[in-house]
Amino acid sequence: MGTQRYLLSKLGQLFLTLLIVLTIAFLLFRVLLPGDPVTTYLRSSGARYTPEQVEQLRHDWGLDVPIFPDQYIDFMTDSLTFNFGVSTTIVPGVSVSQLFWERMGKSLILIVTSTLAAIAIGIVLGIKGGWKRRGRLDNSSMGVSMVLYAMPEFVLGMILILLFANVVHWFPSGQYESHGVTYTGTAHLVDVGRHMVLPWLTLTLAYMGEFYLVMRSSLLDVLGEEYIALARAKGVREKFVLRRHAVPNALLPTITLVALSFGFILGGVLTVELVFSYPGVGLFSVDALQARDFAVLQATFMISVIAVLVANLIADLTYGYLDPRVRTA
Amino acid sequence: MKTEPIVAPPTTPPSDPVVKGLTPRQVKHARQRRALARFWAQFRQNRMGMVGLVILLIFIAMAIFSIFADKGRLDPTIATSGPRLAGPSMQYPLGTNRTGISVLSLVVEGSRISLFVGLTAALISMILGTTIGMWAGYKGAVTDGVLMRVTDAFLVLPWLAFAIVMAAVLGQSLWMIIFIIGVTSWAGTARLVRAQVLSVKERTYIERSRALGASDFHVVSKHVTPNLMPVIFANTILTIAIAILSESALAFLGLGDPTSKSWGTVIDEAFSAGALTLHAWWWLLAPSLCIVLVVLAFTMIGFAMDEIVNPRIRER
Repeated sequence: MGTQRYLLSKLGQLFLTLLIVLTIAFLLFRVLLPGDPVTTYLRSSGARYTPEQVEQLRHDWGLDVPIFPDQYIDFMTDSLTFNFGVSTTIVPGVSVSQLFWERMGKSLILIVTSTLAAIAIGIVLGIKGGWKRRGRLDNSSMGVSMVLYAMPEFVLGMILILLFANVVHWFPSGQYESHGVTYTGTAHLVDVGRHMVLPWLTLTLAYMGEFYLVMRSSLLDVLGEEYIALARAKGVREKFVLRRHAVPNALLPTITLVALSFGFILGGVLTVELVFSYPGVGLFSVDALQARDFAVLQATFMISVIAVLVANLIADLTYGYLDPRVRTA
Repeated sequence: MKTEPIVAPPTTPPSDPVVKGLTPRQVKHARQRRALARFWAQFRQNRMGMVGLVILLIFIAMAIFSIFADKGRLDPTIATSGPRLAGPSMQYPLGTNRTGISVLSLVVEGSRISLFVGLTAALISMILGTTIGMWAGYKGAVTDGVLMRVTDAFLVLPWLAFAIVMAAVLGQSLWMIIFIIGVTSWAGTARLVRAQVLSVKERTYIERSRALGASDFHVVSKHVTPNLMPVIFANTILTIAIAILSESALAFLGLGDPTSKSWGTVIDEAFSAGALTLHAWWWLLAPSLCIVLVVLAFTMIGFAMDEIVNPRIRER
């Protein structure tokens, strides 16, 4: 019973949040946005349309109906079904979903592997640092974490390029693969891997510091709790105090904070892909921004929102699964 | 700011030496002065906080200096005598850019813009977050529910995607950028303030004040707000750091104000001009280092203040 109600309330919250965000997006893209997308599209595609054809296009894009409620409802359903129409300025006439689909894989592999690495390293270091607070490992990790936290992702990326591509030529400074040569099989994989090292390292380092700080402070909170003192009083060995009593409880709040920082990670990917000219969704969105292609920008916005909401839902469900108190409360 | 009564009960000798023969207002001011002095004494003991403060003061001096500095040297339309893309030298300590302008002058000018954007955006974020958090926490019930759903929505908004869309739709003047950063960063503050209000409003002196006939406005402005000020202040310092980082990311994506160049705008220009392939590292690294140092300074001060204000952290 408790579990079901917890699930329903989380799903209800997700739905409400989505409604609010979609309304904000609708205001931005349909109400406040100056200019007419059909005119922009015709200008940049260079096609000559008769007035009847223009009217037909306006009808096809659903722009000839009242803004409220017709366009609002269309906007909602289109956003939720990933139907973003066609690009207006970068590659006029091509379906936005298709353009994203082609680039999604390259971004996903970068985001997923670097985020997982950052979480793993940050959490392990955070546990060690928090356990031996003010120790040598803690002091140095703390210093490094704070500098990494203070450094924009794109600055870190440029420093790595200067070091590893300009001073010593270990890795290429950008792109997804070498141009002018066609590698096949393993050689191609190695080539792609070499191109991915620096952007991957940038994202991993950039978020490692944050996760370190979060895990460390969460562990310190838990170590002050009475049940830790009780475990020690019972004579539990220090190793098990940490492993069985402290870490599992300290991990709980970390899950939520990691999910919340997912929105920032997506922002970081945008600038890092620009620095490394890495042809993923982020670089494409920056191009769309420069070309003011609002159909593409709308897709960027909606996909990021949905990714963040799903990450938060997963975090909430994991939290509820691991901590029964949350479910029954 | 403590829960002790303004005037000690007559049966016990006054525990507070300043109370004698003063009006309540004078007593309040004397206590505030002492609280500040106590705070400063604790802050001075904190090495991390002091290092941050010193770094910050250097950059504030730089920003003030830039108001009076000669702007002619920053104007590429006025023929500049400097060599193009020259590395650091005695004459140009941080080298020059593609049009022969000293990078040092660019960085000094940028300090004023970056600090201004950071401070103003954090102020907007603080006012929004405090108002909404206080309103939600104090009113409770339906108001709380509605405001917290909106706060949650803003909390999970992928901020950069949201910010670039806003800047692309609404324009990218300096004030618009400040507004956008303020609007995208208040949610965390609102949650913090709400949680604090929920605990403060249950205390007995609030009840006592209400029993004496105080209005909601009186309770919030005279009793709740002063109690939260230290926490809000520490949080705002950390928000300034985030606001400066946010501005630099927007500027790097080409959304800076071209007429007032922040450090982020300088990095964007250097990057777009191909400073990486031209090996003009000084042009990129000088403004980058400034961002890192200032953000680090605010973070260090914020962490130190958190430690003082939040006794739970101090005990560790």
